[in-house]
Amino acid sequence: MNIQAVKVIYKYEMLRTWHTLFQSIASPVLSTALYFIVFGSAIGSRIQSVDGVTYGLFIVPGLMMLSILTQSVSNASFGIFFPKFTGTVYEVMSAPISFFEILLGYVGAAATKSLIIGTIILITASFFVELRIDHPIWMAMFLILTCVSFSLLGFIIGLWANNFEKLQVVPLLIITPLVFLGGTFYSVSMLPPLWQTITLFNPVLYLVSGFRWSFFEVSDVNVGISLGVILLFLAICSGIVWWMFKTGYRLKQ
Amino acid sequence: MTTIISIANLCKTYEGGHQALKQVNLDIEEGEILALLGPNGAGKTTMISVICGLVSPTSGTVTVGGFDIIENYRQTRSQIGLVPQELTLAAFDRVWDTLCFSRGLFGKKPDDAYLEQLLKDLSLWDKRNNELRTLSGGMRRRVLIAKALSHQPNILFLDEPTAGVDVELRKDMWRIVNRLRDSGVTIILTTHYIEEAEQIADRVGVINHGELLLVDDKVNLMRELGRKQLIIELKEPINNIPESMASYALELSADGHELIFTYDTQGNNTGITALLQALHSAGISMKDLNTTQSSLQDIFVNLVQAPR
Repeated sequence: MNIQAVKVIYKYEMLRTWHTLFQSIASPVLSTALYFIVFGSAIGSRIQSVDGVTYGLFIVPGLMMLSILTQSVSNASFGIFFPKFTGTVYEVMSAPISFFEILLGYVGAAATKSLIIGTIILITASFFVELRIDHPIWMAMFLILTCVSFSLLGFIIGLWANNFEKLQVVPLLIITPLVFLGGTFYSVSMLPPLWQTITLFNPVLYLVSGFRWSFFEVSDVNVGISLGVILLFLAICSGIVWWMFKTGYRLKQ
Repeated sequence: MTTIISIANLCKTYEGGHQALKQVNLDIEEGEILALLGPNGAGKTTMISVICGLVSPTSGTVTVGGFDIIENYRQTRSQIGLVPQELTLAAFDRVWDTLCFSRGLFGKKPDDAYLEQLLKDLSLWDKRNNELRTLSGGMRRRVLIAKALSHQPNILFLDEPTAGVDVELRKDMWRIVNRLRDSGVTIILTTHYIEEAEQIADRVGVINHGELLLVDDKVNLMRELGRKQLIIELKEPINNIPESMASYALELSADGHELIFTYDTQGNNTGITALLQALHSAGISMKDLNTTQSSLQDIFVNLVQAPR
């Protein structure tokens, strides 16, 4: 195993974050604060508690998921897209390094960054609401699994995209709607029956639901199913990445 | 001499159907400088890319130091440094950081003393904290060389290293190449500048249309394929070559003032003495004698332009 290579890729990617530290931290803190002001205080004060949890508290897991999903995808996709775009990827491809090690470096760094952002949002939220986490270990597990699987998805998008438009299209047109329609700001039980059924096809619903359960034991679907769905998603992404590497998709001619 | 890279029946056909390499066979000796000559699109870069792991071969095998490039890619790639043709560098990285990154990628532990010496040898030490985007084209080329050497490879590929480089840097580059060769590094370079290959290489390979047309010791190549011509300037112009000299490979210039005799440099008997005697017997007086020898450039042009 080429540990040195994994280390330098990881460090390089983390340094990239470090260079944009202000933007990396300020943007999730600001957007979380804005969501709390708008949804938590302004609108939330007129909404009754959802499943026995105040609305401000209810949206915390969803808000974390919203940022984690978008950040994981955008970070991991950019991390591999940019060297591909500039051509510097030749160095990684000609190094004595396995595809698994490349993945460990790039996806590991993107997932770490998402974890940090998730933690920052949690800390920011604690200034607005009184936090309650019933199952911290489950919470951490859901958090890590989500960070890793969506960073993998981002990596796939970064490999697939051969221009900046494609790089933007998936996060903008697919991830964001899925997150907003996945019960981030509401309980699925608030929807009309038809939409409840449609929502069940949205994978993000299971993530948000499971994550919310680990906070206050309130969920739209059974926590076991949530875990199963995220593991399935992880397996699918891993399978696609494995295939991409095996065939040298968009990396090797 | 031991073979360090062995290429056998290597073929590469790209997805679009373009056949970039056709049954290439080549053994590269340890410690030599091999220059690959060929026009644009001849397959030079594809060949290098296959050996370095950037392009998958369609068929054939390549071994580096006895290891297969696909099955034992870790062993083969760790021996190789690659300087690509394009100036591909991450604009916002600093010189020192990018070197540490390259070294780490190849599995080597940090060695500040080695990297410091490397930067000094390449006149980059005072630029170590500069961002790459602030460097001139020539400096970036040096950084690419430093990156390729950062993990102390024993084989170095230089893909068109002097394209777009000024004279000073080019001389510097060849000094570096010579020093590396002295330290035992095997160097394979591609170039358009034939005079460079002529000056620096031990062996020269000519590629065209994906085929390796020949590989030979540079001196041999020039001797074997190099033709010499003796130009005989005549005092008085003649209309025809006298019949007594029909057996010689002679040409008469249009104005009848020059006789051009082409001969093989290899043969012990070039036939010059006999020709001069024959001229004397035919009563033709000479004004001056001149010889010219074909350069590697002529040899190259003849090879790639030969009808096939």
